[in-house]
Amino acid sequence: MTATTGAVAGAGAGTEAGAGGPLQVQAARGFRDKHGRTTTVWAWRTALLVALVAVWQVLSGPVLDPQYVSSPLGIWDRLADWVADGTLWTNTWITIQEIVLGFVLGAGAGAVLAYLIAPIRVVWTILDPYVMALYAIPKVALAPLFIVWFGIGTDMKVLLAAVSVFFLVFINTAAGVHQVDPALIDAVRLMNGSRRDIALKVVLPASMTGLLTGLRVSIPYALIGAVIGELVASNRGLGFLISDSSAKFDTDGVFATLLVLSAIAMVLNGLVGLIDARTSRWKPLDA
Amino acid sequence: MSATTAPTPAPGPATAGTEADGVLEVRDLAKHFPKGDQDLVALREFSITVRPGQFLVLLGRSGCGKSTLLNLMAGLTRPTSGQILYRGSALTGPSTEIGYLTQHDTLMPWRDVTRNVEMPRELRGQDKRSRRQEAQRLIELVGLGGFEHHFPRELSGGMRRRASLARMLAADPETLLLDEPFGALDAQLRTELQGELLRLWQGTGRTVVFVTHDIEEALLLADRVVVLGPVGSVLLDVEVDLARPRDPDEVRVDPRFVALHKSLSAALKEGAR
Repeated sequence: MTATTGAVAGAGAGTEAGAGGPLQVQAARGFRDKHGRTTTVWAWRTALLVALVAVWQVLSGPVLDPQYVSSPLGIWDRLADWVADGTLWTNTWITIQEIVLGFVLGAGAGAVLAYLIAPIRVVWTILDPYVMALYAIPKVALAPLFIVWFGIGTDMKVLLAAVSVFFLVFINTAAGVHQVDPALIDAVRLMNGSRRDIALKVVLPASMTGLLTGLRVSIPYALIGAVIGELVASNRGLGFLISDSSAKFDTDGVFATLLVLSAIAMVLNGLVGLIDARTSRWKPLDA
Repeated sequence: MSATTAPTPAPGPATAGTEADGVLEVRDLAKHFPKGDQDLVALREFSITVRPGQFLVLLGRSGCGKSTLLNLMAGLTRPTSGQILYRGSALTGPSTEIGYLTQHDTLMPWRDVTRNVEMPRELRGQDKRSRRQEAQRLIELVGLGGFEHHFPRELSGGMRRRASLARMLAADPETLLLDEPFGALDAQLRTELQGELLRLWQGTGRTVVFVTHDIEEALLLADRVVVLGPVGSVLLDVEVDLARPRDPDEVRVDPRFVALHKSLSAALKEGAR
């Protein structure tokens, strides 16, 4: 007994929980311990990309017809041309605007409607099959209808993106609302919390994971919606660049546009990663 | 049993009017849960009076309606029939005067320890500084100092229990309902938290209703033990006339403890048949 007390007293310098709690100490970790894995992963990613591009460049011409598969250098030249004459930026900017507007519109409407409807179980149950039926419609199939309704301007693309985003956000947020642990609601009731307290301090934060899932999965669909809208009917935007280039049998142009699109997708994914990191600290409490 | 009538010096004022002066009075309580065409009866014709300042332990095997009873006493669910009086008036919903520590943790996972503990006062509209201060005091009290800004998932089960306890106390309830609060903890931690609970209870005049299936825990803590059988039938109702403070190691060999242990154990067994 005395030995243990002595040991505890000796270790008393650190942050110690009353009794039975874990001890927190400063850890001495070098660069390798902290970033070794990340460095390796990025090294491999770079190597893979370089190898792929090199093989592509070497095979394009002698083995494969550049008319069909293009080539990294051809793509590079085309991008340089487009950057020089401003084609790239004007068209990219239009597509980005459509994506962002469509996303904000669709996500906003989806989240707000989900928070209004999902908590009222009866209403949700009544509407559920219709929501699912509408959700299942391929959004491309709406394009002709949207052209009739909104013309072939940017409105049509924005709305096509918004509709795709809307359902994903709406359904995921509603699921988040429905998955709120009733025990947490009871806990607030025990504190004499009002319905407003329950909504703001339990349902809202608890369903945030659902909302964020919705936002995360829907971001690529904003891109898809906008580009499909442009492919169907337009005279500007990245979708237009693709259809225009392919009509001229300009595979360099098609690939160059695809490259820009994937760059946009990667940036969007990075944004989603930021959203995730903010909330993941508390997420699971299943233990 | 023999000791039932012998009044102990410990529990509060001499109980003259018995039925009248209970903090919590449960009358003919029944709770059914609908299940298909049938009703599942969790509780039937249950009555009990809890005296002010009493440490009452409800002892029973799992599935005897203990948790159902506590949910009803906390005002979370409504009884099918019968009623519960709290200080003479019917209980119609949760009350801040009654603190309830449920069997499972219900800390908000998105709030750190401090913000969880201060939550009852936050809902009451207390200003940030004083509720922070009180939360800090309670966190120290339950031995969680240094973990104020940890989230529930970063804490061990025992630490979450302490945080839950602190949160319940932040509401400053005068009656505590505890549903197997230390069930999932290791023996040492349990003994420690039992000690803390007793310290919190003694000299404050608080009333405690404590549910457990552990006979030793019941005898260590209780003024009075009520053994529950199926659907909340009372198998045994004894006063525990062991002197306080009860040292967990010494009291186990006390002949009175052994005798009580035997009778409680027998009652539990009888209920199982």
